[in-house]
Amino acid sequence: MASIFKQRNVIAILILFAIVFPFITNNNYLIHIMTLAFIWMIAVYGLNLLAGYTGYLSLAHAGFFAIGAYSLSLLTTKAELNYWLAFVLALIITSILGLLVGLISLRTKEHFFAIYTMCVGYIIYLIIDKWDSLTGGIRGLIGIPGPGNIGPITFTTPVSNYYLVLSFLLLSILVMYRIVHSLTGRTFIAIRNSEDLAQTIGINTMTNKLLVFVISTFFAGLAGALYASFIRFIGPDIGYITITFDILTYLIVGGIGTLSGPVIGTILIVWVSQQLQFLQDYRMMIFGPILTLLVIFYPRGISGGFIEWKMKRQAKKHQKQNKNQNQQMISTQESSAASNKNG
Amino acid sequence: MDVLIQQLFNGLTLGSVYSLVALGLTLVYGILHIPNFAHGALYMVGGYITLTMMTQAGLNYWIAIVVSCVVVGGLAVLMERLVFHPLRHAPAIHDKIAAIGIMLFLEALVQFVWGADYQTMTSPYGQVVNFAGVTLTMQRLLIIVATVVVMALLYFFLKKTFTGATIIAMSQNREGANLVGINTNRVAMLTFLISGALAAIAVSLAAPINLVFPGMGHLVLTKAFVIIILGGMGSIPGAIMGGYILGFTESLGATYISNDYKDLIAFVLLVLILTIKPNGLFPAKGGH
Repeated sequence: MASIFKQRNVIAILILFAIVFPFITNNNYLIHIMTLAFIWMIAVYGLNLLAGYTGYLSLAHAGFFAIGAYSLSLLTTKAELNYWLAFVLALIITSILGLLVGLISLRTKEHFFAIYTMCVGYIIYLIIDKWDSLTGGIRGLIGIPGPGNIGPITFTTPVSNYYLVLSFLLLSILVMYRIVHSLTGRTFIAIRNSEDLAQTIGINTMTNKLLVFVISTFFAGLAGALYASFIRFIGPDIGYITITFDILTYLIVGGIGTLSGPVIGTILIVWVSQQLQFLQDYRMMIFGPILTLLVIFYPRGISGGFIEWKMKRQAKKHQKQNKNQNQQMISTQESSAASNKNG
Repeated sequence: MDVLIQQLFNGLTLGSVYSLVALGLTLVYGILHIPNFAHGALYMVGGYITLTMMTQAGLNYWIAIVVSCVVVGGLAVLMERLVFHPLRHAPAIHDKIAAIGIMLFLEALVQFVWGADYQTMTSPYGQVVNFAGVTLTMQRLLIIVATVVVMALLYFFLKKTFTGATIIAMSQNREGANLVGINTNRVAMLTFLISGALAAIAVSLAAPINLVFPGMGHLVLTKAFVIIILGGMGSIPGAIMGGYILGFTESLGATYISNDYKDLIAFVLLVLILTIKPNGLFPAKGGH
């Protein structure tokens, strides 16, 4: 019980800190960086559910991120729809495309799935890059409106944007928490551990994989739409495979297949990248080897490693307690035996 | 008609390069059953080594290629020892991520050392020759001939020498190979060496007609994956055939369909193949 309270306290403190953060710093640049980090986290959660919990590594994640971003931008700038209507439509478009891609790609497994989705990612990128009349090609799209008003609330200042993105992030984490701790989440994990076994015990693996794929693309699209209206201009680069690798790096460093991993990994890498700004283009010289080393030695990242350490400690404690109990029992037996003898 | 012949010739050049890259990838897949996502990075590093050897050290083109083969081959062996060997019992998702980590590292390293600019490699074979009504450069001719020579050498090595036979044996059955006394570790290292050298040869031949830049491996790698899926993962003749098929399709597609979307052809091809046959055209035999 105590550990649950502890965990709850930690989460509450973190949320509280995120809420008061703009008042502590006043530095608009830092707020900008944090908002961006929150947007990436949403995308990382999407990939986490698919790659971490279900075991299917999709390399098309940036493609769906770009689809979300471009849908929102085109619907607001070219079709001139109301912002929130366009927002919802962008999510629906991304999810439907995710459903279509998932229907076909999920027939493949393991390596084939990774290669297949990598090709899908390239197709999305190349279409965005070459379809000049619609997407603006390599020049990209500019003049994307910021988030529209919700009643009396406006989102014109950096701080209000920060809170908007934060609330979306918290909502995403809540949804992820509910999914992972539900029967559906258990089903995903069962598929990851052994798809054949899952099928044997009566799980419809295709439906479940499709569900998780669509959820994953939905979150990628959500992050993309938020990104477009936050940065206000987008280019085809956001759909390129390097963005997928960035997202994957955040996930692996934080801890693949854990709920806290995406937050830890993203914050850590974004923060370290800020400190190492002189490295900008070369930061992968550090993160590349870290990625490889983590996979070899700590395949579940920082968060997974911590959980493992805690469990090991608990197990040791448990063992010790058992040993003490046994010894006590033995000694009481001995003493009772001795007293019997004496008596 | 002239255009068609010219394009067929271009397809042959393109296909030769693709085949060489795909051969390296398929050899590694045959031995360890891992898709080496860092293969494109090896290709890119090879390009830079050859370029530097020619411009900075002033070496002859052919000697530069040999140096490049040694360096990239060594790099590939190092990768096998340090990364793929420790991960041989890990879940499939792990070695993919590890390979991606190596790829990101090599790309950043190359960008750090040589800069992000596009560079040209001038080969000593820039002359233009007319052959049967087709205008072509010596370099393109060289690519075709050299590729055939390399493939023939590889074939004889695999089929006629004892060391080559151990590679085939291991790709057929790892435990079996181990049982008859083949040192599987050594074979794995050898395979990575060959795979790296093939990538270095491919890029050294192709770079004079293309450009050298840090992201040059991305498209080549993805296309090589398309090829080995087309030809059956781990199959050597499949990789050669697949390479040429893709080369012809692309060069003809660029002329008769659309030059802008020529890179799409490979991916659409792959998506179509995997849609119809989820395990590739020629699913691997045996139970992995």
